[in-house]
Amino acid sequence: MKSLGSIRRDFAPWNDPNAKPYIQFENVTKRFGDFTAVNNLSLTIYEREFFALLGASGCGKSTLLRMLAGFEQPTSGRILLDGENLAGTPPYRRPVNMMFQSYALFPHMTVEKNIAFGLKQEGMPKADVEKRVAEMLKLVKLEPFAKRKPHQLSGGQRQRVALARSVAKRPKVLLLDEPLGALDKKLREETQFELMDLQQQLGLTFVVVTHDQEEAMTMADRIAIMDKGEVMQVATPAEVYEAPTSRFVANFVGNVNMFEGKVAERTEKTARITGSTGAQILVENAGDATAGADVSFAIRPEKIRISSAKPEGSTNALEGEIYDIAYLGDMTVYHVKLSDGQIVRAQSMNAARISDDPLTWNDRAWVSFRPDAGVVLTR
Amino acid sequence: MNTTWSRFNITSVTLGFAFLYLPIVLLVIFSFNESKLVTVWGGFSTKWYVSLFQNQALIDAAWVTIRVGLISATVATVLGTLAALALTRYTRFRGRVLFSGMVFAPLVMPEVITGLSLLLLFVAVGLDRGFFTLTLAHISFTMCFVAVVVQSRLVTFDRSLEEAAMDLGASPVATFFQVTLPVILPAIVSGWMLAFTLSLDDLVTSSFTSGPGATTLPMKIYSQVRLGVTPEINAACTILIAIVATGVIIASVVNKRREVQRLRDEQAALRG
Repeated sequence: MKSLGSIRRDFAPWNDPNAKPYIQFENVTKRFGDFTAVNNLSLTIYEREFFALLGASGCGKSTLLRMLAGFEQPTSGRILLDGENLAGTPPYRRPVNMMFQSYALFPHMTVEKNIAFGLKQEGMPKADVEKRVAEMLKLVKLEPFAKRKPHQLSGGQRQRVALARSVAKRPKVLLLDEPLGALDKKLREETQFELMDLQQQLGLTFVVVTHDQEEAMTMADRIAIMDKGEVMQVATPAEVYEAPTSRFVANFVGNVNMFEGKVAERTEKTARITGSTGAQILVENAGDATAGADVSFAIRPEKIRISSAKPEGSTNALEGEIYDIAYLGDMTVYHVKLSDGQIVRAQSMNAARISDDPLTWNDRAWVSFRPDAGVVLTR
Repeated sequence: MNTTWSRFNITSVTLGFAFLYLPIVLLVIFSFNESKLVTVWGGFSTKWYVSLFQNQALIDAAWVTIRVGLISATVATVLGTLAALALTRYTRFRGRVLFSGMVFAPLVMPEVITGLSLLLLFVAVGLDRGFFTLTLAHISFTMCFVAVVVQSRLVTFDRSLEEAAMDLGASPVATFFQVTLPVILPAIVSGWMLAFTLSLDDLVTSSFTSGPGATTLPMKIYSQVRLGVTPEINAACTILIAIVATGVIIASVVNKRREVQRLRDEQAALRG
């Protein structure tokens, strides 16, 4: 199967067996007392990649970032950057910079001095520091604010200062801890694209920690979805959404309908799944599900068609009653109650202003989908 | 909220302020008394101020007080800041609760006990009492006040500032001097001022730990009063009051201005 990621952009070192890994986590474990924050985790990130660590709070994603920055030491395992073991290198000697969630701007310094801080530490000549600071101010469009202190800036401006400060030293890797978490929704969307442009422009490797899946999907080349200190799946946004490998990932990213059942019949490509009440579904992409196995069939709401009559020639069609309707303008979400009591969420785009098949509460309705519209999950 | 001045409110405010300030007002008035009798008004005069500046013993005592205050406040600030850092940063060492309790115990310890125990210590180690022991004693009892003030600032200190500094290449020492210290400096300065003020007006501990040639102003005033209050002492006290009041007023005006400026800046930032 051609990778979905390569359609998005012609950059996919993870599919190239000869590509040199840039950041490697090798069997990394981190314990705080009895609590295991990161559990025997291995992960490879490539140069110039925009990599996102996505998970709920407490899943270990921030700990992973802090270990890369050097604020925490792994309990076991090792972390390599460009082939070099980082163990024992203190944060102030790592070619890695971080943008903090709280921005951590120095309150007693002006915007200029904040940006120049890292450059001065490495003993850069004064003229060069000034040149680089001017360059950075231009990059984040903050030239008129150079002499201001952080408390004289708005939230969005502070975020830019933090960004400029963390890229001023041209680090090998930029770590971003919830970079957009403190911004309001509109600003967040704008800034997402700016971050992507910036990463392209500077050619840096970005590792971003976020709990916001939309943010991760928009910005990242690849996403690692984490749960309880472990990586559940590492893939491009499209693969994570369309081809999740576990029930956790399917549920975590976007909305999903799950059908529980047993594999009744298995051919090389297809599987016939029987639900607990006898409903039959024929699916492709059956993965490693063997005959007789307990599986879940996961299908996204927008892949389900809804109609008042039984669709002709459809392999998979289930009858039910419309239980709830949410009209969202651009689309309508239907909740259909099947005969076995399961609620199916179906989403249809309102491409026409007036639907030619209007459906309303308590109508009988059919939900149907193609055999390749969902995935079979065994984990 | 009811903001009108009821008769009850006016009465309670008057009584409260009278209770606080009547003695001080009387003292200031009588410092300008022509008469040598402290409690009898004999007309306006500034002659006691003139004679005050000719009283070498009082001027010497004031000089000792200021030197002890400057030295002890500075040393106590360094020690108190270090103690506060240790108590807020290394939260997992054994006996931390006991240690922090012990740092703050002198706050509530009766001063007589502090003074007496210091005296016993100095005698036991054979230190001659004088300027040196006096300064040591002042360092010892003002240090905990500095620790309290600085610690309350450190509790709200955002540690990610230090992490950011280190992340940008600053060593732990550079981080402390370039980030931590400047940010907590206002608290350290107020700690120093508190220590200095406490040292200036200390009488009890000083009486126990001082020796010949190291008499502080409060000690001098107290011993003179026992021989009878002279208007000269009133004049000395009035000057002290003026200095303290000026300091307090300047500090609050500066604070207020800074606060107003900060609010204005923040509103300007919000407008873009």
